[in-house]
Amino acid sequence: MSDRQAAENGVGLIETITGNRGLQIEEKLIFEQDSPGHCGVDLADPAPFRARLGGLERHGAIGLPGLSEPQVVRHFTRLSQKNYAIDSGLYPLGSCTMKHNPRLNEKLARLPGFADIHPLQPVSTVAGALALIDALAHWLKTLTGMPAVALSPGAGAHGELCGIMSIRAALEARGEQRSRVLVPESAHGTNPATAAACGYTVDPVPGNPQGRVDLGVLKAKLGADVAALMLTNPNTCGLFENEILEIAAAVHAVGAFFYCDGANFNAIVGRVRPADLGIDCMHLNLHKTFSTPHGGGGPGSGPVALAASIAPYAPLPWLVHGVDGLELVERKSGSAQHVIGRLKGFHGQMGMFVRALAYMMSHGADGLRQVAEDAVLNANYLRVRLESDLSLTSPGRCMHEVLFDDRFLKDTGITTLDFAKALIDEGYHPMTMYFPLVVHGALLIEPTETESKASLDQFVGVLKSLAAEARTGHAARFHSAPRLTPRRRLDETIAARKPILRWRPEPVRQRAAE
Amino acid sequence: MRYLPLTERDRREMLEAIGVDSIDALFADVPPAARLDGLLDLPRAMGEIEVERAISEMAARNVAADSVPFFIGGGAYRHHIPAAVDHLIQRGEFLTSYTPYQPEVSQGTLQYLFEFQTQVALLTGMEVANASLYDGATACAEAVMMANRLTRRNRSVLSGGLHPHYREVCETYARFVGFELAALDPAPGGGEDLAGLVGRDTACVVVQNPDFYGEIRDYSELARICHDAGALLVVVVTEILSLGAIRPPGEMGADIVAAEGQSLGNALNFGGPHLGLFASRDKFVRQMPGRLVGETVDVDGRRGWVLTLSTREQHIRREKATSNICTNSGLCALAFTIHLALLGEAGLIRLARLNHAAAVALIERLERIPGVQLVNRTFFNEFSLRLSRPAAPIVEALAEKGVLAGIPLSRFYPTLPEMADILIVAATEMATGEDMDRFERELAETLA
Repeated sequence: MSDRQAAENGVGLIETITGNRGLQIEEKLIFEQDSPGHCGVDLADPAPFRARLGGLERHGAIGLPGLSEPQVVRHFTRLSQKNYAIDSGLYPLGSCTMKHNPRLNEKLARLPGFADIHPLQPVSTVAGALALIDALAHWLKTLTGMPAVALSPGAGAHGELCGIMSIRAALEARGEQRSRVLVPESAHGTNPATAAACGYTVDPVPGNPQGRVDLGVLKAKLGADVAALMLTNPNTCGLFENEILEIAAAVHAVGAFFYCDGANFNAIVGRVRPADLGIDCMHLNLHKTFSTPHGGGGPGSGPVALAASIAPYAPLPWLVHGVDGLELVERKSGSAQHVIGRLKGFHGQMGMFVRALAYMMSHGADGLRQVAEDAVLNANYLRVRLESDLSLTSPGRCMHEVLFDDRFLKDTGITTLDFAKALIDEGYHPMTMYFPLVVHGALLIEPTETESKASLDQFVGVLKSLAAEARTGHAARFHSAPRLTPRRRLDETIAARKPILRWRPEPVRQRAAE
Repeated sequence: MRYLPLTERDRREMLEAIGVDSIDALFADVPPAARLDGLLDLPRAMGEIEVERAISEMAARNVAADSVPFFIGGGAYRHHIPAAVDHLIQRGEFLTSYTPYQPEVSQGTLQYLFEFQTQVALLTGMEVANASLYDGATACAEAVMMANRLTRRNRSVLSGGLHPHYREVCETYARFVGFELAALDPAPGGGEDLAGLVGRDTACVVVQNPDFYGEIRDYSELARICHDAGALLVVVVTEILSLGAIRPPGEMGADIVAAEGQSLGNALNFGGPHLGLFASRDKFVRQMPGRLVGETVDVDGRRGWVLTLSTREQHIRREKATSNICTNSGLCALAFTIHLALLGEAGLIRLARLNHAAAVALIERLERIPGVQLVNRTFFNEFSLRLSRPAAPIVEALAEKGVLAGIPLSRFYPTLPEMADILIVAATEMATGEDMDRFERELAETLA
């Protein structure tokens, strides 16, 4: 067997005594590194005192391992080295907006004046925090053209919940009980899940062949029982809904509200205000457009921009400009008597607010507009460089992301998944795969504005070469990919069939050995 | 602009490659009426120096907890965070990675989440825990909705000892998701007849331990009564460190635990981001909200980790998902995991003991003051006082003297006059004897 064949079959991997491979170190769970009694924090025992726990003391071992600080630092450093990250390379996950995370924002969020203040301190001692929240709200309102913004939602999906609940409250205040929410088939899964959670029947709207909402189909579905349309714009095919004004007019004509999933606001920030598109309500993922770090899956922050018709129902707390300056409204009262209530503990994701404001101030009105332009430019550049190698789903310009399908893999025996996994061996995180669902074998690429032209050119070169390899019948190398990662393809079926969701000691095995 | 790597020359070359004259051509699908030609009325780009100066000025207008004697809790606790925690969570491979949907290049995130799930299960005494939710309050609402699904019932009982924000979040979800709640009035220090409210239509009873007023109770009997009626017991914990000292909910018969994990590894952050913890019994796992990491093997037979049971989740199930949640609190969970790994069994127990000792030391001082009465029979690191006068103005007066004294209950229940004199006070390992002396002196003077 030649080396190449061996590599293609995924065999002949270099064996080592330890299982380590150079800088990739095998690392046990902390529970398997226990040296009982060890502690990574030196704390003095308190002087003797009379306990007041009412006889409810915890008895018996908890089962936590003991480790010293060097062991802990090494453990988590080694774990970190098994992750891909924006800091290490292009991260072209469509719809996720993996852009550079400026470190200034991390520094500022850690100032004691923000990180070390308590949400229930007297309001008189947090004037700066309220000023920061007010400044953030001002930026978001100006960028969206909306008169109000609800800041407490903890993430995008939580923002959706906030928006749809507020819409339902606005409808109920009109004495209307509506039953349906229209959701395009290309929408993020959170949209139908949110509408269903709020008691609505989800009515899917098929797209037209170009990947946009079919206005005729939409109009036919609209009626007096429709509460809202939930639309993503630019949509998840990377296209701007060019009939959006007609869509908005049709939605409003039946008395429904127009909800926009703002996951893709980064494509239009500074160039288009959602209010000017007829949108009534839109959540903003601060961890996408405004670059707060994704952190391996959170924390996020999902403020919701609101039209005047929905603003009275926005959840508590409110920050209002009163006679004596900024006022924190925490109870139903006065102008806040119609609120839907509270959606989260305390006042929202303050740590994310600081980062997002620092991001916006750093860019300014001019820089944010440039963000949208460069994001769209980068995606279109990838489109034209790759359209003869991969199969473009819809011809012509795209916005901040470009959608391909798997026609270019036809008859190769290689799937979208295989192709994506091969990219991993070349040092790239894959693009979003199999989403949106409306396209067969989707590959959705979002480069973001923080990639240089050289970085894009290199990525194009890799994709072209891989596509050529696929066409020339080197299927085995795709089927066995990835081969160079800390772990290769993992068995998700076994994981789900017999879930092991925590570590457990193995007393049975030990007893047998004794 | 320092974060944008394209040069003007790059942009020209790229437009040429695309075959358009200007960037405007790429925005041609935007209806002309909605295009912004000029810049919005917002400041222009700023350098790092200017941004740092402007935002630091705002931070300086807040009274940071480390600058004063500080005794506030109420669901967010000030604890010492070892330096290694913040260093490690800022490693770019953790900070700037996405949700671990590609497990081969995300084993770092997946492994620490598996460790996190194990730690949470051990602390709470439960069998299984998820990979975190937004915060304790939303975890509590998710717990009630999970109980509704499991019991196919629609009515739940909330103890008056539940954190008022948790109660309010549950009430918001109840109105729009469509379930019923019987929420009891706050009764600091007092008992309440929860058992009498459990019926054949009850999905769950939600209690908090220690409760919002600091009282610790044994809920074993209530668990039995719930189970006899086919209902579930949900236990909320807002001070997770307490489980280093007191019996965990799992030992009391809890079916679901919804908790706030901020106390370990995470700063106060003015209330967010915090860390929702969620644990339950094994048999309920398929109705759990949020992400779960599971153990598996790769094609070479080596142990590894993946996101699992995702057929519960919105990206697979859409409108039939158990919850609409997508994002969790990954990095906050990492901070929790590292802090707890550093503490270990011995450190956690000692830290909990230090907290209890601090609270005992504080109440011994405060009880000497005329006009101060302890409401609690038991407590961990937080207790409630009944003052001889309304608490809110006292707290304001003490803040002016440079002491952050606690939470006046009237901030949550301004319309209940009988709550006006209640002050909730917390003491952690961060409170020094000097801080306590100062608090005692200033409170005595203010009440006199």
